[in-house]
Amino acid sequence: MADDVLYTVEAGVPQNPIEDLLRMDRIPHIWCPGCGIGSTVNCFIRGLQASGLDLDKVAVVSGIGCTGRVAGYLKLDSFHTTHGRAIPFATGLKLANPELKVVVYSGDGDLIAIGGNHFIHAARRNMDMTVILINNMIYGMTGGQVAPTTPISATASTMPHGNYEPAFNLPHLAESCGAVYVARWTTFHVRHIIKSVKEALLKKGFSFIEIFASCPTLYSRRNKLGDGLDQMIYFQENSEIKNGADTKSVGVDFQGKIIVGKFVDIERPVYHEAMYGHLKEKYGEEYMPSDEIKEFISGQNGD
Amino acid sequence: MADTVVKKARGAVVIIDERCKGCGFCIEFCPTKCLEFSSQYNSKGYHPPILARKDDCTGCNICGTVCPDFAIYGFMKKKE
Amino acid sequence: MQDESGVLTGAHFIDGDHACSEGAIAAGCRFVAGYPITPSTEVVERIAERFPFVGGVFIQMEDEIASSIAIQGAVWAGKKAMTVTSGPGFSLMMEHIGYAAMTETPCVFVNVQRAGPSTGLPTMPAQGDMMQARWGSHGDYGIIALCPNSPQECFDFTIKAFNLAEQFRVPVMLMMDECVGHMIERVVIPPPNEIKVFKRRYYRGKKKDFLPFKPEKDLVPPMIKAGDGYRFHVTGLTHDEKGYPSMTVGTQAKLVTRLSDKLKVNEDKIIEYREDGVESAELIVITYGITSRTAIPAIEQARKEGMKIGHLRLITAWPFPAKRIHELASKVKAFVVPELNLGQMVYEVERHAGSGVKVEPVSHAGGTVHDPKEIYTAIHRLMKG
Repeated sequence: MADDVLYTVEAGVPQNPIEDLLRMDRIPHIWCPGCGIGSTVNCFIRGLQASGLDLDKVAVVSGIGCTGRVAGYLKLDSFHTTHGRAIPFATGLKLANPELKVVVYSGDGDLIAIGGNHFIHAARRNMDMTVILINNMIYGMTGGQVAPTTPISATASTMPHGNYEPAFNLPHLAESCGAVYVARWTTFHVRHIIKSVKEALLKKGFSFIEIFASCPTLYSRRNKLGDGLDQMIYFQENSEIKNGADTKSVGVDFQGKIIVGKFVDIERPVYHEAMYGHLKEKYGEEYMPSDEIKEFISGQNGD
Repeated sequence: MADTVVKKARGAVVIIDERCKGCGFCIEFCPTKCLEFSSQYNSKGYHPPILARKDDCTGCNICGTVCPDFAIYGFMKKKE
Repeated sequence: MQDESGVLTGAHFIDGDHACSEGAIAAGCRFVAGYPITPSTEVVERIAERFPFVGGVFIQMEDEIASSIAIQGAVWAGKKAMTVTSGPGFSLMMEHIGYAAMTETPCVFVNVQRAGPSTGLPTMPAQGDMMQARWGSHGDYGIIALCPNSPQECFDFTIKAFNLAEQFRVPVMLMMDECVGHMIERVVIPPPNEIKVFKRRYYRGKKKDFLPFKPEKDLVPPMIKAGDGYRFHVTGLTHDEKGYPSMTVGTQAKLVTRLSDKLKVNEDKIIEYREDGVESAELIVITYGITSRTAIPAIEQARKEGMKIGHLRLITAWPFPAKRIHELASKVKAFVVPELNLGQMVYEVERHAGSGVKVEPVSHAGGTVHDPKEIYTAIHRLMKG
């Protein structure tokens, strides 16, 4: 592999631990200079490593777009699916084998515009998965078109006169649909992201982390906001950590204040457990769950 | 120029020049401001960072965590 | 109570939709995702009823798009899976038929056809989705489509659909129609040991040598599943044998050609048709699905009148038995192709018959089946005219 000769570390110097979970034969990645997606991947891997999960049992599912490429860089069982459909694919994976820890990693346009229907229903069902949504407030890969997360007045290639469509407040959307864990950070908050990823991965049910990330090429440049670093500095200077904030109050205006933190952490019956519990109660020994569900549930109960 | 007061080195970084895309995140967010852009170019034409003030590096790995290109990471040096 | 296999051995009086559900259970399908749409809904209703007692998971998704990709997630987690729909839902599933073809995900799409376009004639039959089944998703790929004409065949061909999907790692369509779906007939379900079920072809070699999309001799790569430590990657992008995206002219040519060729080189193992009296025939009626039944009175009437009429019934509409049609074209003076559409498979017949033989469609816009007289009239005109 080309990467073997790219650099060597001196004796006694540790390797970068995240490289264990990257497909190093595919690095460098395709993301632009100053794009924040790579930073989130960096933090995700650290959070995943901190979670102590069996990495052979972790599957990552992405949709399409810049963030949709994440699955292809992670050295896990990884699926790059169709536009907007990462969540229903993940639903199939999870229900077929609940032992898998399923992570959906995709962008705002993918998960909320074309995939919005799946997002709200997976949250409603409390499908056991962790959804990591990278919000760069724009369609990156296709060339800077308006997204359902583009703030009012920002310019996009399909909103050349400035955006007049209201944006979604995603933590509020996730909470109202039933997500049991909702957090929001920006790429500036690297330590917080790592902690949140770990918590979300260990949380049963539909957990959701929104991470604001810079898109220097298509969002910042078009809006005359400088480069990726300028966007990071905006995140640094305009974010306010308010754990437990009412998600109704965390909408984001153009270059306005970003409320970040862990907003929701509640318990609700998880889909496959509710299914198992209901059918078991109703039919007793007659009910025949799949081997995977039976083993998983009995493993959890310590039987 | 290096500081006149020599601190005991506690950390260090590994920089993989060829992966760097010159975003400057590591330099900006380094808590001890010990990184700088190199005057050298990598083969893609970006200036990667260099550890300009070795003695200031604490090995906190903020650079390694914020780097979007997996091009730098910090580590604690073992005490000699 | 059935045993663990879930097979309801015995004689039943059920409709085609329910027979399809039983076929899926007998084939080892244990994951179904669907969305209600007439006239296919009875398939998923029976699945929902039966699955808790046979170790299956059914979920009614939020739409057909979700259903058609959820089943693929389940396949990659190790299940045999299908989704079930009718015309409008089938249209929504097209992208994921392409995804299944591109990622070589073995799965079954059941389409209980109703008349379209758009919402069309709910609960009334048609065969208007035959070309869509073959060509509906963008790009070049191959699929298999089977056409049952009775509840018994809905059972048998659902099993066959799963077997073909597993054998060749392609999406397989079961092209039912409202008539077959709602027709109630005797269905004999054999004991489990008499049902041939093709087990998934899992990779058995060394992990480190494994390339997820490296084909075996028959151009089909073996499967793996998530959770077994392979750390593999699956993408709908053009990919190399490692499964990594590789957007080059060369990779595209290699991959897409193989996806198409794997059905071509194996077509003798796939293509199936039934013939009746074709060797001595002067005219052959080519049918599939429900028209294979409505054509029979017309053929019998013509034969009674001394005409030499053959009947070729497509079991696999796709791949199409091109060679056989070409052979027969040199022996007969005409083909008659009745379809519950304004002419779809008839184009395929024309294409392979060549110019020396007359090819006559007997079109019907759908909503009901042909009056056999319409088919008889076409036969009569060509034989006597």
